[in-house]
Amino acid sequence: MTDVLSIDDLVARIPDGASIALPSDYSGCAMTAVRKLIQRGVRDLHVISMPQGGFQVDMLVGAGAVARIEAAAVTLGEYGIAPRFTAAIKSGEIEMWDSTCPALLASLQAGEKGLPFVPFRGIIGSDLLRVRPDWKVIDNPMAESGVKDPIVLLPATRPDVALFHALKADAHGNVWIGVQRELMTAAHAAKQALVTVERIEDADFLRDPVMAPGTISSLYVNAIAVAKEGAWPVGLDNAYAADHKALQDYTSAAATAEGFARWIANPAQVAAHA
Amino acid sequence: MPDVNAPVSAHEMMILAIASQLKGLRHIAVGARSPIPGSAAHLARLLSGGTLRVSILGSRKHSPFVNGAPELFDCASQGRIDAFFLSGGQIDGNANINLVGVGDIAAYPRAEARFPGSFGSAYLYFVVPRVILFTLEHTRRVLCPKVDFISAPGTSAPGVYRPGGPKALVTPKCLFAFDRDRGRFTLQSTHPGVTVDEVRDATGFEFDIPPSVPETPTPDAATLSLLRTDVAKLIAETYPAFSRRTWGVG
Repeated sequence: MTDVLSIDDLVARIPDGASIALPSDYSGCAMTAVRKLIQRGVRDLHVISMPQGGFQVDMLVGAGAVARIEAAAVTLGEYGIAPRFTAAIKSGEIEMWDSTCPALLASLQAGEKGLPFVPFRGIIGSDLLRVRPDWKVIDNPMAESGVKDPIVLLPATRPDVALFHALKADAHGNVWIGVQRELMTAAHAAKQALVTVERIEDADFLRDPVMAPGTISSLYVNAIAVAKEGAWPVGLDNAYAADHKALQDYTSAAATAEGFARWIANPAQVAAHA
Repeated sequence: MPDVNAPVSAHEMMILAIASQLKGLRHIAVGARSPIPGSAAHLARLLSGGTLRVSILGSRKHSPFVNGAPELFDCASQGRIDAFFLSGGQIDGNANINLVGVGDIAAYPRAEARFPGSFGSAYLYFVVPRVILFTLEHTRRVLCPKVDFISAPGTSAPGVYRPGGPKALVTPKCLFAFDRDRGRFTLQSTHPGVTVDEVRDATGFEFDIPPSVPETPTPDAATLSLLRTDVAKLIAETYPAFSRRTWGVG
């Protein structure tokens, strides 16, 4: 059964050193939960971005919570470079596993299927192969005889945790994610899926033919917590827009470690969204 | 209302040069952080008379994708995306692009300058038939002799599966065409007011210069008006800051 917890109890299920799949900024980020994790002083996370990291990854890095990032990119999009991430790369304090979007997603899909690896096109000739010793190139064993067809193999990914935010869950623990189906893949592949939602409705989404195709069954959802405005400040599709001022403030403040520390601890802006 | 009599800006010339590469296609996709290619794709769509479909990442009104983040890439795998756009913090004369960082790769992941990352380039560059490269900065720093990190290679060895690849490179100064067999750029046209010498001085890699280099065609009044009104409104949905800055719309 899906447990309904407080946000504190939800994030208590994420141990130091966990590998944690986190969505891109546009896809439902559990920002309140991430701030709770930072307050708790979580350490040594292995972040797996699906497929790119944004504000929450920069915040976790700034808080010293991250040992390793696997991502196709880490960026604050229109707001510019991710300042704490960039500083951590320069100082060499985090390990980086650069990837490319579809490869990262394919590895999660392989994890979902219980496969050890997945073959993937492209990539050959990219320096990603030099910095990713876990990726291998073989000759396609299905090619016509006598034809050499090199192809990359990617290992499957099974994160310890998938953490994200969605608009709503129902009374049975089913979570509606709409078209952001990479969240479903992540929930399937992860050993536990922890989800914050704006609200829990007295309904059964799986019995509703309009809702069901965009719903993650509670079969895959270990725990949910209600977090109102839980995606602030990056915003949530179908619910509320990004808080441009807060994101701009963050981007300027996080240019320095001190500015970042002030922003993340600022009781006025953060407490309003706790 | 935008002023249709104002001179054509460098960004507008880039949009027009990119749009000129998109004629006769069925489906164009536009990736992250690409307001100029996005504007070009919208312009090409409006000029196509309804034959061209445009999918813009980050748009709600102009995205057909309902199967999560992998669908764009699956769609490209199936050959359903005719053109895509890539940039690079460094681009070299073999059309290799670097989206990872500047500095010796031996020091990876440390870098003198870190870029966001490769995004989908290491895949889409291989499978989309017509990839248009673009950069907002035409300098020797960006257009360099050899990239420090190959996010995605411009060409591949024989036998490597590669139905796609680079077709052109558009900058604020000019349009280069890329010859995949020779792995080399040729200067195709210079934007109004830019000389061939100026392009050569600002470019860190070698490229071919034909005996006569034409000027990139400027738009007629109707096209310019379409760009500054309809396209400005359409792109403002995804890139409001860009549309405001460029045309005062959004």
